[in-house]
Amino acid sequence: MTDFDLTPLQAVLGGYAPQGRTALLPALHAAQEIYGYLPEPVAAEIARGLNIPLAEVFGVIDFYSLFYREPVGKTIIHVCNDPACAMAGSESILTRLTQHVEILKENNHTEELVTIERAPCLGLCEHAPAMLVNGRPIGQANTRTWEEMVESDPRRPDTKVDGSIRLLTANCGVGYTLSLWQYIAGGGYVAYRKALAGTPAEVIDTVKLSGLVGRGGAAFPTGVKWEGTAKAPGTQKYVVCNADEAEPGTFKDRVLMEDDPHSILEGLMIAAYAVGASKGYVYIRGEYLRPYQMMKIAVQEAREARLLGENILGSGFNFDIEIRRGAGAYICGEETALFESIEGKRGFPRVKPPFPTTHGLFGQPTSINNVETLANVPLILRMGVEEYRKIGTEKSPGPKLFCLSGDVERPGLYEVPFGTTFRELLFDLAGGVHSGHHLQAALFGGAAGAFALDSHLDVRLSFEDLRAAGLPLGSGVITVFDETRDMRDICLRLAHFFADESCGKCYPCQMGTQRQVEIIQRIMDGQVLPGDWERLHDIGWTMTDASLCGLGQTAASAVMSAMKHWPHLFKSPEALAQ
Amino acid sequence: MSDTINLIIDGKQISVPPGTTILAAAREAGIEIPTICFHEATTSNALCRICVVEVEGSRVLLPSCVAHVSEGMKVQTQSERVTRSRRTILEMLESTVDLSDAPEIQTMIAEYKADGERFPQAKSRVSTPIDDNPMYLRDYAKCILCWRCVQVCAEDAQYTYAINFSSRGYDTQISTFYEVPMPESTCVFCGQCVAVCPTGALKPKRQWLLELGRTPDEIMDLTRSERRNRRRRVEAPSNDQA
Repeated sequence: MTDFDLTPLQAVLGGYAPQGRTALLPALHAAQEIYGYLPEPVAAEIARGLNIPLAEVFGVIDFYSLFYREPVGKTIIHVCNDPACAMAGSESILTRLTQHVEILKENNHTEELVTIERAPCLGLCEHAPAMLVNGRPIGQANTRTWEEMVESDPRRPDTKVDGSIRLLTANCGVGYTLSLWQYIAGGGYVAYRKALAGTPAEVIDTVKLSGLVGRGGAAFPTGVKWEGTAKAPGTQKYVVCNADEAEPGTFKDRVLMEDDPHSILEGLMIAAYAVGASKGYVYIRGEYLRPYQMMKIAVQEAREARLLGENILGSGFNFDIEIRRGAGAYICGEETALFESIEGKRGFPRVKPPFPTTHGLFGQPTSINNVETLANVPLILRMGVEEYRKIGTEKSPGPKLFCLSGDVERPGLYEVPFGTTFRELLFDLAGGVHSGHHLQAALFGGAAGAFALDSHLDVRLSFEDLRAAGLPLGSGVITVFDETRDMRDICLRLAHFFADESCGKCYPCQMGTQRQVEIIQRIMDGQVLPGDWERLHDIGWTMTDASLCGLGQTAASAVMSAMKHWPHLFKSPEALAQ
Repeated sequence: MSDTINLIIDGKQISVPPGTTILAAAREAGIEIPTICFHEATTSNALCRICVVEVEGSRVLLPSCVAHVSEGMKVQTQSERVTRSRRTILEMLESTVDLSDAPEIQTMIAEYKADGERFPQAKSRVSTPIDDNPMYLRDYAKCILCWRCVQVCAEDAQYTYAINFSSRGYDTQISTFYEVPMPESTCVFCGQCVAVCPTGALKPKRQWLLELGRTPDEIMDLTRSERRNRRRRVEAPSNDQA
């Protein structure tokens, strides 16, 4: 084994040691920065430094896809493999890159200097085909040369934001990240001051009256969640911002964090005041390096302006925020898996109940909200409940962000009031399906969602209307497919996604996601077996009914929706003849 | 809080103290719910999902080993949804793991009429038995990932933390730190993991050799040198603590 100079690591570990186990992911990230990967002696040193059993450190390293046990290239390229990017040609990019690296190797230019990996959705769907080069986002990768992608430092892809209203995205798409002072100049942190001037109970009442529900997919009333946390017994409480955005097709949280980080921080600060939390975390998916940096800068700015810290604005309220980075695990978007990850563990979801409001992060009362949910909070306090509720429908008040990608003329982030029809969003705002083509289907809600057809074009995009139409709103993903797309290929990619991202804890999901992908693969290969239709249904219902967490419970959702719409694609010729 | 909870399981009126799990309440009433990962001595993780039951008003099936009873609850332990899930889980298990040393699961498979051949062309978990210590053998082709061994090695009993998991999802496997041989791990060979293993994935070496047809004398000969080596390794000053 090579000798590793552990001195630089020890220097870093000193800073993490007082935190103990919760610093494990940050320490592993830091170590990987130094050594390029995580060899055994490095892992052992971290285990010693943070006082964590060796086997558990190993278990954590091997759980997260962005941590490497073996040496990897100096340049790591992640090519997105999910529907929007695949439709834009990611497979041929993968082939081209692999060939290029082979040639480099043959010419002795490089020895193991480049690692190319297929990646799950990178949240850059509006720039498809997309990839990351050492964490730097590259859009429209099909139009770039090797030098442009790897050797130079291209600008980040421009934010594509539009909509019939611009409240949440008022500061987005301007071409830069809003600084604290720019944010304040536009009326920022007025809501925070307003909140601090009143009582926590008043803030909770306002949020309850606003009708705000969670924008991460579960649509739980935010005010009720806050009230639960506020009333839960306990002196140490936490607020957490779930920025582990990884649902294939979703990129709204990335745009908000990159362009307007303070709107999220302000929401989190108000949440903390409402529930009585002195510490907050923002957990950002590992692939979002740039949003992570933007959010870190924003927190620093807020600290310097004494919007975080002790006795904030003379109110007696103390609060601080820590920005955390995930390490490649979709499951950590599940709230309890996210807590485990912050605690320095494998991202296994916990059994619920108990719920986070009473037993959350570190077992303490915790309120966890999605990025977009928190961005709504300053808006509500600034506008007042009455004005806010004028936006949207009666049962779904407020603005909503939709992520449009795939075969759409103008992919991007769109802000509309709830109640806008799918037709208005797709045709009036986003320019419709690619010219010369028509709509075959649109995937609502991402991999965990369901397919809409052109018969759904006049459905209003609100919780109540979508529920009636049997479609999920999810986190606001709409991936568009024209009539030329093979929906079996889309299903295969979604099935692969879940098999790759299942944590492996509960049996239905651990084995069901694997069996599901095997069957869809043979259907794709034209090798469908008699009984596959029933097998897919039994697997699908077992995952839906019996899985431990939301990942497993929705891992068959899109596939079963496709089977309903296009049974002929999934049945054997014999079964179809019957 | 009242000191009894009244509920109905499979049409039967039952009264139990608050905090009782559905599984315990059912067993007390003589209603048997199958379990795989559940063990009295380990923390319940509700991960095998074989013990799921249908509770009126609940969107999904509930794991009876951890779900607590509540007043007026109506539970069905053998509904169509329940049996479909149990049967499918058993069929998937059969296509994934070598269950030849798991008689309890074999009985369940027969009881739920689970078809062992339900999933043709399925990738099963293949793994060569790991024979790296004188005390026990690890054959992860037989491992159902019930987590009991990891739990008793950690906070549920021994606080030794020799084993955890490698990879994730379908490819998850029980593993030492960087897959080092067991004698190089923190294992103290207490044998608790072997005792709680329900499928023969962990087996005392002696039992394994007997099954292979070795005589007790041969086994003593075979393992003597291993024991001696082990002692020497432990006594020797170690320069690599990993």
